[in-house]
Amino acid sequence: MTQKVKIEIDGRTCEATPGEMIIAVADRAGIPIPRFCYHKKLSIAANCRMCLVEAEQGGRPFPKLVPACATPVMEGMRVQTRSALAREAQQSTLEFLLINHPLDCPICDQGGECELQDLTLRYGKDKSRYAEAKRVVKDENLGPLIATEMTRCIHCTRCVRFGAEIAGLRELGATGRGDHMRIGTYVEQTLGHELSGNIIDLCPVGALTAKPSRFRARPWELIQVDGIAPHDGLGSHLHLHVRGRQLVRVHPRAQEAINETWISDRDRFSYTGLSAPDRLGEPMIKREGGCWQALEWQGALQIAAERIREAGSELGALIAPNATLEEMYLLQRLVRGLGAQAIDSRLRQQDFRGDAADASLPWLGVSIAKVEEQEGILLIGSDIRQEQPLLAHRVRKAALAGGLVATVNPYRLDLTFPAIQFTASPSGMLRELAALAKALRKRGSGTLRTLISEVKPTAQQVEVAEQLKQAGKRYRGLILLGALATAHPDYSLLRALAHLIADATRAKVGFLPAAANSFGAYLAGALPHRLPGARPAETPGLSAEAMLNKPRKVYLLWGLEPGFDLADPAKAVQGLDRADFVIACTGYRSPALERVADLLLPIALFAETSGTLVNAQLDWQSFRGAIPPPVEARPGWKVLRVLGNLLELEGFDYRSSEEVLEELRKQCAHAKPNNDPRGDLKKLPPRLSNGDRLYRIGNVPIYALDALVRRAEPLQANAEFLQVSLNPDQAAEMGLGAGDQVEIDQGEGKLAKAPVRLDPRIPRGCARIPAGLSGSEQLGPQIGPVSLEKR
Amino acid sequence: MLQALREYFQSLLLIELFRGLGVTGRYLFRTKFTVQYPEEKAPLSPRFRGLHALRRYPNGEERCIACKLCEATCPALAITIEAAPRADGSRRTTRYEIDLFKCIFCGFCEESCPVDSIVETSVYEYHFERRGENILTKEKLLALGDQYEAEIAAARAADAPYR
Repeated sequence: MTQKVKIEIDGRTCEATPGEMIIAVADRAGIPIPRFCYHKKLSIAANCRMCLVEAEQGGRPFPKLVPACATPVMEGMRVQTRSALAREAQQSTLEFLLINHPLDCPICDQGGECELQDLTLRYGKDKSRYAEAKRVVKDENLGPLIATEMTRCIHCTRCVRFGAEIAGLRELGATGRGDHMRIGTYVEQTLGHELSGNIIDLCPVGALTAKPSRFRARPWELIQVDGIAPHDGLGSHLHLHVRGRQLVRVHPRAQEAINETWISDRDRFSYTGLSAPDRLGEPMIKREGGCWQALEWQGALQIAAERIREAGSELGALIAPNATLEEMYLLQRLVRGLGAQAIDSRLRQQDFRGDAADASLPWLGVSIAKVEEQEGILLIGSDIRQEQPLLAHRVRKAALAGGLVATVNPYRLDLTFPAIQFTASPSGMLRELAALAKALRKRGSGTLRTLISEVKPTAQQVEVAEQLKQAGKRYRGLILLGALATAHPDYSLLRALAHLIADATRAKVGFLPAAANSFGAYLAGALPHRLPGARPAETPGLSAEAMLNKPRKVYLLWGLEPGFDLADPAKAVQGLDRADFVIACTGYRSPALERVADLLLPIALFAETSGTLVNAQLDWQSFRGAIPPPVEARPGWKVLRVLGNLLELEGFDYRSSEEVLEELRKQCAHAKPNNDPRGDLKKLPPRLSNGDRLYRIGNVPIYALDALVRRAEPLQANAEFLQVSLNPDQAAEMGLGAGDQVEIDQGEGKLAKAPVRLDPRIPRGCARIPAGLSGSEQLGPQIGPVSLEKR
Repeated sequence: MLQALREYFQSLLLIELFRGLGVTGRYLFRTKFTVQYPEEKAPLSPRFRGLHALRRYPNGEERCIACKLCEATCPALAITIEAAPRADGSRRTTRYEIDLFKCIFCGFCEESCPVDSIVETSVYEYHFERRGENILTKEKLLALGDQYEAEIAAARAADAPYR
């Protein structure tokens, strides 16, 4: 514990840590000091001069006013924030700032929640003495997310510092001095960073505002409801701003342990997908000849119940990993209540051979906040900036603090921090890890032994292994397995190797959840090998893969699009085609879904239903519905409740989602997070050979994660489209050039035409063809052999 | 006792009646001030608060910028506004409605308007025949503005020195 000092602010004695800034102490004590450029998460610029205060030390006043944000406290310091001198400084600063501010508050979106407005009202003069011409600044075009009105800028440089310090990408900068200072991108470009939306909140004036909600609402019309982000594994805390029956915008809710004060653009703008034109409003049934007819809920549910009853144990259920805990729990109760065992939410996994040895309740391995304290992080198969944008920020902090970040990935990542990247083809990833294990003098057993015996670690690998070991010694080592590892055909072996390396280095193994509630599925029992409370099932049911290989009579699809959310869309669609009846509970109608489904039931999505999501550190985060679902759509738990009643299953008489949650919570009393394998993963033979076949790497781009994001127009405006990325050398060998059109052939999956793009970050022997993008629904496994034919 | 006697004689001699008739007689011969509405009309102040209108600039551009201050200040919650960017990127209303059944003609809307767009004209002669006519839509309000622009401008000019 460091020594505390006592200072006096406005006559109140406050305790402070030496070296702390006056403004931080005042904030803690609740004494208001006006400020524009100071932000507790950013470095100190002290350029707005709004926080000038009068201070004295040991009875001697400072020769002039000092900025509270850049003056460290000392024992016995006395600070006056409202003395005549300080007041005059505040008034003058505001008068200067307002000289060039356009005062167009009536048309400014920030009007009503503007820091400049608030402070002017409180600290400013009531009249302006300035009558000369004002400065006008040309607007920047920052893309589809952020609207600019640069004349309003007061040059606090918060956005510039955010880019440099938090995002790690200097997209905005200040050019010129004094009156000529401009904030901009210098060369016109769209802000591409996945956290760029945060500068909207940082901007104290209306210079940077949200484009999707531009001019739609005034702050005083909005009702603020707490929410939880439904995409990545963090479950960032949100403020949902509702106007009438519409969700108008989403802001972050400060939660130091999870999202600090930020949220990713995906969490911020995905709400725009709620009002997509293909939103499903009422139950629909496929009639003869494939035409769709709307029907009443009662009739629809009766048909569904009848078909489900007929199928009995021949029922298969696939649930999206971002469904709420309540939905997952009720669905597995329904499936298991009928004697069926086929339920899965690991939709993008290919290798289920390790299920028997699966961790009993996987989690991140450390708390989210602790990630930034790690001294050695090994990322296996994770494009972390795309998968978990805010966790990437924590990893970045760890890297900037001097920690080692090493990655083993099938392509080189664009990272905003120093990292050692091992890039190899999918089968090469196993060898890279085996080399690390060998560098740690591990020999392994079973398949691993052969793998390890075949490799020879490079000097860099030896060094990384050594650093991981050092970090592990201080309990600051972490090995994370991401979405590209999950989709890997040899996921079991990747896991076995990760555990082997963890054993040798005493690092912790952690898993990155694929979606907002991936780990909730373990607690709710929405997996073939887990019952509620993460208890292992005695006789494991059919996994997602097995379920589609061995067609069921009736399928129940929950919140997913077979073309985009499954590991092998081509095969999945074939499997679903062979079923008698497919019931899809969904928020949207899409052509791919309409092709396979026979009955569509509209369910409420994010912000429309109450529920609970379990994040990477296994926090149960409940939320209420903020807006009503459209037309006839109903919250998922209600649909399942009625379905349970119609099927005459016991105990389906819940009156609220809280009751469902309570029932599940009781069963989870003994569930403890544990990432250790429950059995042997080492005996499995590798599925991938070292041969010279071309492998597809089907990463899921950031804005293709789930149905909601795929329909968020502003996010899609600049999103990736389906391209085949090849290493330039590889392309040259194959006689392909940038822009050539190729036919993609993956066995059962075929896509007639896709453009080629050259990318040196892709290793040889690989073609990066993303999943979840339009066109990819016709392709095969996310990671698997592929052949390309020039057209 | 004396009081009761006085009251008795006053009512017996109809004194109160004649006093009352005296007032009537006085007014009978004075100059009349009854306004023969609708042939004659009483004079109106330029600050009169009658039917609402949305004004335009001389170049035909609507003044309203959808700041929603009138909606916020309206004590009767009679104003409903929806806003969105127009094709040219400017901030405009897509819906501007005043419910005349709710409106209490307090004039706060015109006072709050930063661009003198929503105004209360001196029109007070209007009626509704059908349900729904009480809602003044944006089109109706703009049409009213166009119709009475000269009058509105004159009233504003007359009141300007006192603002």
